[in-house]
Amino acid sequence: MREIAKIIKNNLRIDGRKLLEYRNIEYKQGVIETAEGSAWVRAGNMEVLAGVKISIMEPYPDTPDEGALMVDTQLLPLSNPHFTGGPPDNATIEVARVIDRGLREGEAVDRKKLVIKEGEKVWAVSIDVIPLNYDGNLIDIGGIAAMLALMNTRLPELIDGKINYKKLTDKRLPIKHIPIPITVYKINGNYFVDPTDEEERVAEVRLTVTVLENGKICALQKGGYGTLTMKDIEEITAIAIEKSKELREKIFKSIGGE
Amino acid sequence: MGYEKRIDGRGFKETRPIEAKVGVIEKADGSAYFKIGKTWAYAAVYGPRELLPKSMQNPKTGILRVNYNMLPFSGVGERVRPGPSRRSREISMVSEAALLPVLDLEAYPNTVVDVFIELPQTDAGSRAAGICAASMALADAGLEMKDLVGAIAVGKVDDKIVVDLQYEEEAYKEGEVADIPIAMIPSTGEITLLQMDGPIKREELIEAIKIAKDVIKDIVEIQRKAIKDKYKGMIQ
Repeated sequence: MREIAKIIKNNLRIDGRKLLEYRNIEYKQGVIETAEGSAWVRAGNMEVLAGVKISIMEPYPDTPDEGALMVDTQLLPLSNPHFTGGPPDNATIEVARVIDRGLREGEAVDRKKLVIKEGEKVWAVSIDVIPLNYDGNLIDIGGIAAMLALMNTRLPELIDGKINYKKLTDKRLPIKHIPIPITVYKINGNYFVDPTDEEERVAEVRLTVTVLENGKICALQKGGYGTLTMKDIEEITAIAIEKSKELREKIFKSIGGE
Repeated sequence: MGYEKRIDGRGFKETRPIEAKVGVIEKADGSAYFKIGKTWAYAAVYGPRELLPKSMQNPKTGILRVNYNMLPFSGVGERVRPGPSRRSREISMVSEAALLPVLDLEAYPNTVVDVFIELPQTDAGSRAAGICAASMALADAGLEMKDLVGAIAVGKVDDKIVVDLQYEEEAYKEGEVADIPIAMIPSTGEITLLQMDGPIKREELIEAIKIAKDVIKDIVEIQRKAIKDKYKGMIQ
């Protein structure tokens, strides 16, 4: 553990990366035929599947003119020796909620356009983000996978108000923005991004900054038991805005995102 | 246009009226309530007490365990279903992280300090109010603390940076809303809780956090006074 902190202090990573360098990200959309939308993302040894299932529901009473969007995640014992299965712990719930918050507050999907009949029937979009190989940074890598899966989603056919899952239409989800979560970690006064499992475990504190196309920030979440100073926040938000541009260029530009 | 006047006529940097009291739960080791406008948080501390099951014990230090809970009738909308929700579990965890930095539990190995935050009535800002109450309750329990922790939600409603959003402001429809709960250790300026919902420019975010720092200093004075008030009459 102390070794990792020492290495980071010398501006190095165990895998030879720079502190503010993401692992090489590979991705593929439409990898699960049973899902209405899906994506596979790999960053180093972190490998994540995101699948979208569509259903119909009655809208929530406080938002009769909006469809629903929800994110869940599971840390499979298959994916890492540290995971034991069973009901999700608070840290797992936090990850799902931080990804969810980014997509929701960043209006990834225009929920007003998910209404079938106002006050009665709306589309519900469920995104499950599940690492197959767990090696750190699930918020960012999972957030990207979730976004890619949403962009890949096609709505199923409706017959007499019921879903026919066997036939997907050509209708895509109404994508409005592409929010990108960038989580910056801190250890001994050094900032770094995209940690591996081991690096994530030794970090004192992290701040997830979800950034939109225009550089606006749409969600924040401090995590971990350490503290942040004003200077930390100023530096971390600047790093996040910069990094989001880089990932946007690399991943989303080629598939019709801005 | 923009957001010209707050719904309740407050200044943009003004909190709702605050009332704080320490020693409100008889059987607890420490307790407090913190009211800010219509948002009302109770907190009770039990411990340090033996952590069970034993397999969870840490021989090097005591642990802090925070549980945030909204009472069934405490929300504006539908009844809040009893028991933990995804939301309440996340808030419990971030509240724990907000409070732990001021405590030193190494003197209490194998124990747990339980903090129960209960909200009888809410009108936004409930996690901040809960943290304020919990911080006072921890002091009341006689635990050694580096400082109190103060918390407030700041944010942006349309074009204005505002302090202490109420529910109707969070739900403002005519423009964008960002809601930023923050907790801070006033003596060091360290931020122990930071979350945000909603879009904001980086410069505005930094401005909002700077404003929050000043407001939290005032809130901590109110917390401190409430703690002193409890013990005032006791020393004769």
